[in-house]
Formats: sequence, C-alpha cells, structure tokens
Amino acid sequence: MRRHPILQMFAIGVVAAAVITALALAIDWFPPAASTAADKIDTLYDVVILCSIPIFVLVMTIAIYSVVKFRARPGHEGDGAPLHGNTQLELLWVAIPFVIVSALAAYALVVLSDIEAKEPDALPVAVTAQQFTWTFGYPQAGGATSTELVLPRGRQAVLRIRTRDVIHSFWVPAMRMKQDAVPGLTTEVRITPTREGTYPLVCAELCGAGHATMRQTVRVVAPERFQAWLRRLGGGATASRGATPGAASAVETASASGRS
Amino acid sequence: MAVAVERKPSREDTESSRADGRRGGWRRRLAAPGWWRALAAMPVGFLVALGLVAAVRAAYGWHPTVKWEAVTTVALIAVPLAFLAGIGCFDYWLRWAIGARTDDDDHSGHGADSWRDYFRVNTDHKVIGIQYICTTFAFFVLGGLMAMLMRAELLAPGEQLVDANTFNGLFSVHASLMIFLFIIPVFAGIANYVVPLMIGAPDMAFPRLNALSYWLLLVAGVMMVLSYVAPGGPFATGWTAYAPLSVDVPLGQQFFALAVQFAGASSIATALNFLVTIITMRAPGMTFWRMPLLVWANFTTSLLVVIATPFIAASQFFVLFDRALGTHFFTPQLGGDVLMYQHVFWFYSHPAVYIMMLPGFGIVSEVISAHARKPVFGYKMMAYALIAIVVLGFLVWAHHMFVSGMQAWIRIPMMLTTMLIAVPTGIKIFNWLGTLWRGVIHLRTPLLFALGFITMFTLGGISGVTLAIVPFDIHVSDTYYVVAHIHYVLFGGSVFTIFAGIYHWFPKMTGRMYDETLGKIHFWLSFVFFNLTFGPMHLLGIDGMPRRVADYASEYATLNAIVSVSAFIFGLSFLVFLYNMIVSWRYGPVAPANPWKAHTLEWMVPSPPPKFNFVEVPRVVGGPYPFGLEGAQHAYFPSRRPAPVAAGGGAQPPEH
Repeated sequence: MRRHPILQMFAIGVVAAAVITALALAIDWFPPAASTAADKIDTLYDVVILCSIPIFVLVMTIAIYSVVKFRARPGHEGDGAPLHGNTQLELLWVAIPFVIVSALAAYALVVLSDIEAKEPDALPVAVTAQQFTWTFGYPQAGGATSTELVLPRGRQAVLRIRTRDVIHSFWVPAMRMKQDAVPGLTTEVRITPTREGTYPLVCAELCGAGHATMRQTVRVVAPERFQAWLRRLGGGATASRGATPGAASAVETASASGRS
Repeated sequence: MAVAVERKPSREDTESSRADGRRGGWRRRLAAPGWWRALAAMPVGFLVALGLVAAVRAAYGWHPTVKWEAVTTVALIAVPLAFLAGIGCFDYWLRWAIGARTDDDDHSGHGADSWRDYFRVNTDHKVIGIQYICTTFAFFVLGGLMAMLMRAELLAPGEQLVDANTFNGLFSVHASLMIFLFIIPVFAGIANYVVPLMIGAPDMAFPRLNALSYWLLLVAGVMMVLSYVAPGGPFATGWTAYAPLSVDVPLGQQFFALAVQFAGASSIATALNFLVTIITMRAPGMTFWRMPLLVWANFTTSLLVVIATPFIAASQFFVLFDRALGTHFFTPQLGGDVLMYQHVFWFYSHPAVYIMMLPGFGIVSEVISAHARKPVFGYKMMAYALIAIVVLGFLVWAHHMFVSGMQAWIRIPMMLTTMLIAVPTGIKIFNWLGTLWRGVIHLRTPLLFALGFITMFTLGGISGVTLAIVPFDIHVSDTYYVVAHIHYVLFGGSVFTIFAGIYHWFPKMTGRMYDETLGKIHFWLSFVFFNLTFGPMHLLGIDGMPRRVADYASEYATLNAIVSVSAFIFGLSFLVFLYNMIVSWRYGPVAPANPWKAHTLEWMVPSPPPKFNFVEVPRVVGGPYPFGLEGAQHAYFPSRRPAPVAAGGGAQPPEH
C-alpha cells in the first residue's frame, strides 16, 4: 500500500466518506414530518447530501494529501513540476459534475410537481397576514375566522394567502411548505397533513419590529373532529382559538376579515 | 510608453503660495482642497438643501414650508457632494471645464511621502489602494461589532440587551456595511494596488476618477452609520430593503437608499477604470493569455459591476421616489407591483455575490501558484470559467424568489441555471487542487487561508446546490440555513481570500514582513471558530428557525448558545490579525522585492514600489507562472538583460 500513494489516498477517502455519510444520516435534521411533502423533501435532501459527501471528501483528501506529500523540505527553494493542465481531466471534471447536477435537477423537478399536485376537493382556507398575526378564514364555516389554523389529517388544504400590509411568509416547518404573502396578490400553497398534533407556524419574511413574535400554531386533527370544530366555528361568528404568543390577539369577526 | 516625470513646483507657485501665506493662512486653507475646505463646504451644502426644499414648498403653498424629512433627503445628496468638492475631487475637472489653466504634468497630488498623504485626495493607485483597505477594514470592525451584539442578544431566548427594532437595525446595517463597505470595496482596493503593477503600468487609466471612487465610498459608509442618528433609528429592513416595508418605515431608510447610490457610483467608476486600464495599458508582450489570473478576475468582475450595479440604484430610487415624491411603484391599488422590487433588486444582487467572489478567485490563483511554486493548472479553463460565471450569474437571480409568489414556471429555469453554475465553479476548485499537486508547498499564512477557503467554499457551494433545489428551498428559504450558506461563501469564501491576499501582498505594500507565527494563529483560530459559529446554523435553519429574528423558540436555545460563544471567540481572533498588521507595518523586518520568489510583475519592483512603479517598462515574453522549467520567463527589463534565445534549446516553456 505504501508504494501506491494514490491508492492510499483513495482508501482514506472512502473511509472518510463512509464515516461522514453515517453521521449525516444519523443527524436528525428536520422537524418531525407532518405532511405528504415532508417525506419527499427530506428524502430529496438526503440524496443530495449523499451525492455531495464524496465530492467534499474528494476535494479535502486531495488537498490534505498534497499538503502532506508535497510539503517543501526545509531549505528547498526549487519549483514544483511544470504541469500546465490536462485536457482529459478538465473534460472529466466538467462532465461528471454536469451529469450529477442534471440528475439531481430531474429528481428535484419530479418532487416539485409531486408536492404541488392539485388534489380534487381540497379544503380551502383563507389566510390573512398582517403585522404581526395570522388569521384563518374558513369559507365552509361561512367565512368565520380563527387565529389558530386547524386542519384535518389526510385531506389536502389549499391555503389562499393575502396580506393587509407588508410582505409576510407563511411557513410550517413540520410540513415543509412555505409561501410569501404579497400585497396585491393572492398566493397559494397546498398542504396535506399526515400526522395529528400541534405544530409551530412562523412568519418567514421580515415584516417589521414584531417579525420574531409572529408565531402561531397549526393543529391537525382527525377528519371527524375537524368537522365538529368547523361547525362550532361557523356557529359562533367569532373565534379566538389557540394561543397567539406576542402578537395582538386578534378577535376577528367575519365582516372584519373582509377589510383589506 | 513614456514614463511620467514629476514636475517640480515652479518659482511662480512658491511665490504665490508665500504671498497667500502673508495674506492670511485661513484664506489659503479654505481656497486649497482639503479637510478645512470640505468641512466649510458641508454647511453650505446643507443650506442649499434647505433653501431648495423651502423654495419649492413655498412655491406650491405646502405647509410646513420647512419639512425636515424632505430637507434631510436632499441634504443627503447635497452635503456629500459639497464634501467631495471641498476635499478636492472635482478641482481639476472644474478648472478644465471653465477653461482655467490646468497642468497635466502636475503630480503634486500623486504618491505618499508621509502619513498625511493618505488622508487627502491622492491620485496614486498604491495610495488609493491602501486608503481603500484601511477604510474598509474599519467598516469591517464596525459591522463585526454589530454582529457580536446580535450574537450576545441571541445567546439565550428572550430579550436581554436590545429591543426588536434595534436588533433589526443591527442585522440590516451589519450586512450593508459588510457587503457595500467591506467585501466589494476591499477587493477593489487590493486590485487597485496590485493590478497596475501586475500589468506593468505606472498607474490606472484614470487616476483622478480613481481618487473620486475612494472618497465616494467613504461618504457611503459614513451615511450608513449615520442612519443610527435618524429619528426612528437606523434602517431596519435588512440589506434587502423589500418594498413595501421599506416605503413605510422611518427616515433611516433614506440613508440606506442614498448611501447605496454613492457606493454604487464608486464601484462603477472603479470598474470602468479597471476595464480601460486592463484593456489598454498592459506592458508590451502581455497578451490577454499572458495576464495573471488576478487581472482576469478583476476584468470579469468589472464587467459584472458596470452591467449590474445600475439595477440596485434603480431599486433604491423606486423606494426613494415612493417615499419622497408620492409615486406608486409599490402600491398595488394604484397599479404598483410589489414583486417588481425584488426582480430589479436581485438582478443586481445576485451578480453582486459574484462581484464579491471573483476577485477572491483571482487572489487564490496567485497565492496557490506562488506558494506551491507551480503554474496554475488549466490556466485557460480558469479564465473561461470566470467568463462562464459572469454570463450564468445574470441568469439566476430569481433563485432568491422561489417562495416570493412570482410566476411558478420561472422557478424551473432558474433552478437549472443555478445548479449549472456549480460546474464552472467546480472547475476552479479542481484546477486549484491540480495546482497544489506535485508542487513544492510552503505552508505560509497566505496559503493556509487559500486552503481554508477551498474547504469552506466547497461546503458553501454544496449548501448552495441544495438551495438551488426548489422543493428544499421552499422549506429553508429565509431561515438560518441561508444565513449559514451566505457566511460560508462570504466569510469562509471571500473574507478568507481577502486575508490571503493581504498577507501575500503585505510585504510589497508596506516594505515589511508580517509575523508568520501570528498569521498562523490567526488562521487556525478563524478556521475553527468560524465553523463552530456557522456550521450549527445549517441545523437551526432546517429545524425551523427563521432568519432576521430578535428572538426564537426555546427549542433552539442550546445551538444558539454554542453559536454565540463560538462567535465571540471568532470575533476576538481578528485582534490577532489587527495586531500583526499594525506592529509589522511599523517594526517588521524589512521585506525584499520578491520574498515569495514569484514571477508576476509586481515582484520585479522594490517593496514598496517607487512612484510610477517602473523606472523601465518591462517586456513580457511568456505566461505569468513559468515555474519548473529552466530558463522560462514571464518578463524582463530590456536594459538589464539581452532578449532570451529563440526556442531551440527549449528555453521558453509552452505558454502558461
């Protein structure tokens, strides 16, 4: 082995790559997956990282190896080898990265169309952003609003997002989906929750002094319980469900939500 | 090309200045360009602003006649212009324009004989380069202190030190200073010093414009910092200043909008200067394919600057006009389009990140080649890769807008071009590795920073590819994952190359050697604590922590504490650098002309070089990295040596 430095380097590289890969896969990067999009995005990320580790290890191995093997001996004033280039190598390290990014791009496009696919009979929710609170309107409850986003498990919700003032961004980390709220536009994001529970909802676009406090919750419940909740919501014209830490606790009425 | 000769002041000049001296020193002080005249001119500029606003408002019958917001806005233009006029940036041009006597051979404004020469309008590219470097590092320290304050606030959840509005101001001014007052101009400063020397020129093509560029930059930085005294506090909408938030916030925002104009003007003027200098002033024999890669890098960067920078100027003018003139660029109910701001802004700001990186690529090529004593591997591909990055760099801007609500279809081509740009960037990394391979490697401080750069830029590039992937970007957009990425490429990337370049050319610029041990300590402290600071941010972002937040959910407390403590030590490591620079500049061992035994032209003149650089114009006969071949040469001085023998004995290597 000692007489084959390149092989040595390759072996070290493989071991390093394996160790780092194991570590990368062991780290719990993401919050618990709570939507159909989450698993797809998490897997996509894992694949990209798996492709990237060998490249990083390759770069590091060659760099460290060179620095160790070709270190100038003390007092050595001479030059290195007059290597000006190697066309074959150049072609190789153009072609291989090109192939890798092309393959990843194709995979990414498949995932993108998957996570944005429109389901029939999606549940519409009107999301209104303002400094510094989110309000959720349910057309099926006569437009009644809530400050907690409640969604049924297993059914796609189509959130139509508007803002009263500046740009905000609707993000549920556990569900991976995010969409900006833009003045003058109604933007849309589709989410299919898969796990019951309560998840943070944060604003992800700087919207002023209260940006950091614009945090609320999304509660995913079983479909029957959701219907019951919806009935209660529609029955009373107002709702103030759920904690709204920091933000003005907006007790909205159906007519008030028409203000824009 | 004739070498410029300094003109001695004539008898007339000395007599008239003596006469002025007798008439009264203060009159002379105010008539001559300099700080006194500049400080006297500034109130005049303010009065002009006041008068203009009052006159217009009175003519329209608007009340109050003196609206201080409006006066401030106009003053933010008039007062800096008055300062620039006072300090002497326009004297020559104005004299020429009014037909007064101008003397093209008057080089009294050129070069430095004492420290005072660094504090006035100076036309010598070496002086300007040092002015840039020192000024930008001062803003780096300011911006860095803001970062330390932010990390102190984020050490634990809850509000401890600053309120949310102040915090928002901190990250906004931090980023703006780092981008517009440090990274972009420090590269301009290093290039200002080195590029004319590397191409065998006595100076830049437009030395007076060069001087103006520097003073425009100083104005921009002061203006950004001054926003702290505006009513309502500093601008706090991020360096990205999205509309409509930036249209609604207090006066401090105007300081940003106008400071960007001055910084942009500075940048564009410098870029034009570099383009003309590189195209027209190369020494005889230096074809484009014999230019060092630092020159290639600054050439391509200058192309980016002149094309892209007007767009950020435009974006800030839209905001300024909506704020000050009642236009409705960003009022949807009146036909405005909020997303238009982002498209225009990012059309500059994406090329801006390449403006902040390409000169660093050039530095890394010079440093690795010199300290590994090898030609740069794949020289032509390296140049082509720079060009490819420039072209592709204009086609990726909307990857900053994947969740912005723009047309869904645009995300796909933008994803593809963004992923594609990894290819030319990868070419460069591999070629640098090829440059190390089979070299004779001297692990000195510049090379350590270059190696650190390769490590961290590869990591930043990988996180960049993940961000290009739309489904993943949807999750991590506007989170700490992005903060991690940008700091890996901007600090681990750009700033590490800046350190590499400063150490590498320190002997040439100061005539002294820096302390190598301190340099190595600086490197290792920076490298370790940089990674401990920004590495965990990838996790924070993916795990759900948004960016630009003065506070966060308690689940992120542990990682944030680790980040903050690492950041403090990381910040302290800079003191090692500062100490080394200052003490070595004063007391370091005297540096020879060519301490690294490199071949590019700047090493063929003394350290530091004399005024006008080359007593004799060198003749370039080969590529800039003729390492490893007996008799190979980049250039020689004709009077000291006969021309090299023709090919036969293999005396000349293949070009680069």
